[in-house]
Amino acid sequence: MSGALSLPARRTPPGVFVALVLTLAIGWIVVTVDGGRLFSVPTTVSLLHVAAGLGLVAVGQTLVVIGGSLDLSVAYVVSLSTLVAAETMAGDDGALLPAIGLTLAVSAAIGLVNGLLVTTARINPFIATVGVGLLLKGYLDNGYDGPAGKTAPALVQSLGYQRVGPVPLSFLLLLAVAAAAWFVLARTRFGHHLFAVGGDPEVARLSGVRGSRVLVTAHVLCALCAGLAGVYLASRLGAGAPRVGTEGLYDLESIAAVVLGGTALAGGRGGVVGTVGGVLLLASIDAIFNQLEVDVFFKQVIRGVIIIAAVAVYARRAMRKAS
Amino acid sequence: MSGLLPSPLLALRGIGKSFLGVRVLDGVDLQVRPGEVHAVVGENGAGKSTLMKVVAGVHQPDEGTVEFAGAPRTFRSPREARQAGIGIVYQELTLLPERTVAENVCLGREPLRRGLVDRRAMLSHTAELLASIGEGSIPPDTRVGRLGVAQQQVVEIVKALALDARLLIMDEPTAALADHEVDQLYALVRRLQEQGIGVLYVSHRLKEVFDLSTRITVLKDGRAVATLDTADTSADQLVRHMVGRELSSYYPGRAKPQELGPVRLTVRGAGNRKLRGIDLRLRAGEVLGVGGLQGSGRSALARALFGAAPFSTGEVTVDRAPVRLRSPRAAIRAGIAYVSEDRKGEGIVAEQSVLDNALLAVRAVRAVGPGRAGRGARTARVRELLAAVELRAAGEDQEVRFLSGGNQQKVVLARWLALAPRILLFDEPTRGIDVGAKSAIHDLVRRLARDGAAVLMVSSELPELLGMSDRIIVMRDGRIAGELPAGASEEDVVALAVGTAREAAG
Repeated sequence: MSGALSLPARRTPPGVFVALVLTLAIGWIVVTVDGGRLFSVPTTVSLLHVAAGLGLVAVGQTLVVIGGSLDLSVAYVVSLSTLVAAETMAGDDGALLPAIGLTLAVSAAIGLVNGLLVTTARINPFIATVGVGLLLKGYLDNGYDGPAGKTAPALVQSLGYQRVGPVPLSFLLLLAVAAAAWFVLARTRFGHHLFAVGGDPEVARLSGVRGSRVLVTAHVLCALCAGLAGVYLASRLGAGAPRVGTEGLYDLESIAAVVLGGTALAGGRGGVVGTVGGVLLLASIDAIFNQLEVDVFFKQVIRGVIIIAAVAVYARRAMRKAS
Repeated sequence: MSGLLPSPLLALRGIGKSFLGVRVLDGVDLQVRPGEVHAVVGENGAGKSTLMKVVAGVHQPDEGTVEFAGAPRTFRSPREARQAGIGIVYQELTLLPERTVAENVCLGREPLRRGLVDRRAMLSHTAELLASIGEGSIPPDTRVGRLGVAQQQVVEIVKALALDARLLIMDEPTAALADHEVDQLYALVRRLQEQGIGVLYVSHRLKEVFDLSTRITVLKDGRAVATLDTADTSADQLVRHMVGRELSSYYPGRAKPQELGPVRLTVRGAGNRKLRGIDLRLRAGEVLGVGGLQGSGRSALARALFGAAPFSTGEVTVDRAPVRLRSPRAAIRAGIAYVSEDRKGEGIVAEQSVLDNALLAVRAVRAVGPGRAGRGARTARVRELLAAVELRAAGEDQEVRFLSGGNQQKVVLARWLALAPRILLFDEPTRGIDVGAKSAIHDLVRRLARDGAAVLMVSSELPELLGMSDRIIVMRDGRIAGELPAGASEEDVVALAVGTAREAAG
């Protein structure tokens, strides 16, 4: 039964990868004409680093979006995680593992709060996660003016800068996390139920699925991914950075990557493979604009246009399917 | 009955259920034997769906006992009923279109192997189930959204059976099916029967009931008035049990000739994607009934007149002036109001208050006047209207979703009356409304006509259509198949609707 194993792959929309290839092709031509090199090792490495950070957050975001929810607190979780990691390590390799454990525990706890607010307290996910995000922002703004703590050198050397050929270790970490998420979605009851809850909560209920538990789990996993992204950023920056999450726009960009990847914002449809494609697309656009030395503000405008256009394409496709 | 018959699979005794003080079920007794197809018939609002939901654990009865497989049971949730072996196929499909057949069938009880979902077992289990009911041609790894409605219905049934159901409840299972698909469903039900599964079959299509069932229980106003052996029963006898009351006692009087006013609305040669060659005239003070089968264009006609799915050809006049009904807003401005058949989807804003719902149309169309005086007067007017429709609610701040169907409908009515419409379009005005509230709605519709409105009322309930209308047009295949005067019989309407009668010229 080869069909059994091809199930999720068959469902992945190739659209985002087509867009990725086209973007890279056009970008390569434009950059070359401009006298630069898009596929030089430094550019590729930096592209993949950007993708690693955003990707870790976006993979987690994919899970909650499939479940029909959403997490806007991830940017603050990222910032907080860099601080928890770097301050606990305090430059000591011996504290590396406990620090990572603590960071992930703190993240998971925030995810748990998000999940309980959304399910038990029945607060709209948008409001609930923005609220939790603002709480974290208050703590960060109050406690920190700038970088704090010191990342363990071992982590900086490994996760931060080590690479295999042009591929950074961090990007391999992203691929591993994405593969794990794919596996969870395709091969666990939790994954199946998550699709059901996102697709139609009432159908899920009538089929005996415990929707709240599923959604809380998704929120915890999402926050864990954001925490992991924080650990990675701490390894890059060598210290904890209280604004890195919000300055990197990890909340909105992660949702953009999820949507570009073909996951329905309404829930019930999508997957992490598309999300990784969406992340690579956003990172490529970033790299191309950097090569062309485009103005930062203009860059944002173009990214906005691309995201809106992509969503419009999906919406049209969905409409055609419905009629 | 003779001792040769197997003991009942399901036995309901004295089931009673009320919602908000309205008695929906009253002392219902009913038994289903293994391998029996037991049909439950009755008019809309007779309590069929509520009874099914009691059996399926969705509602809990206020009184009476449910006995299943020889033991008294209390099902507190659909999950409990399912685990006991009661499967239900709901009127609306409860499938996830984005997931595969197997994923849908196994949802909530995915087979595991070493803690992981065993996709292979899931597919083979689903394939087996499909094959066991002779539907092996449906591939279990296809997305449900890609299947036709009939095949989705099969998947729904397989899903209900997946937990070794011994009793299957089917609530209007043919509502969405084409004719040849209905035959497939028949074959499927018969195979289930052979396997000793008891089927509780709810339908208002008498043909199906006679084709399939072994016994029939007739529900009327929440009571089981008769249980008949299908083989010994004629259609006439059954209908007598179902209706068994005088029409005139139930419906307000029709318009007298002197109450009819000038022509309010004319349509000439109008059509769109779903309608062709529509000609009609509607006079002030009259209730024009629109009959026809589902999909015949009766709702499309109302929606076209309201500009929701506009006519693309033809001419429409309102009070002799030509109008173009290109959007609901244009129709509203022409004095047309529309009460949708889909109350939840198109009628009410469930989370808003009674007052906000009632004010919706006025606020949308009339510019907000300067100062608070205009607004205050408008609110006062709507309050009057809510009183006039005899709304029963805890207060005007109550969210509409907490009201009964009948009271929700009254709120929708009040909203339109606030605009003092000259033409009122009703699409299934009493669908899903209990019997008591129904006649209140009927009285209201008639009162509006007496006050000079022209009323067009689409109805699939023949007694309502015949009882309310001053004139009836019957739709078929997007056209007006014919017109009938007041006092026409159910047979006349049905004959036109299915096309056995010679069509009226034109």
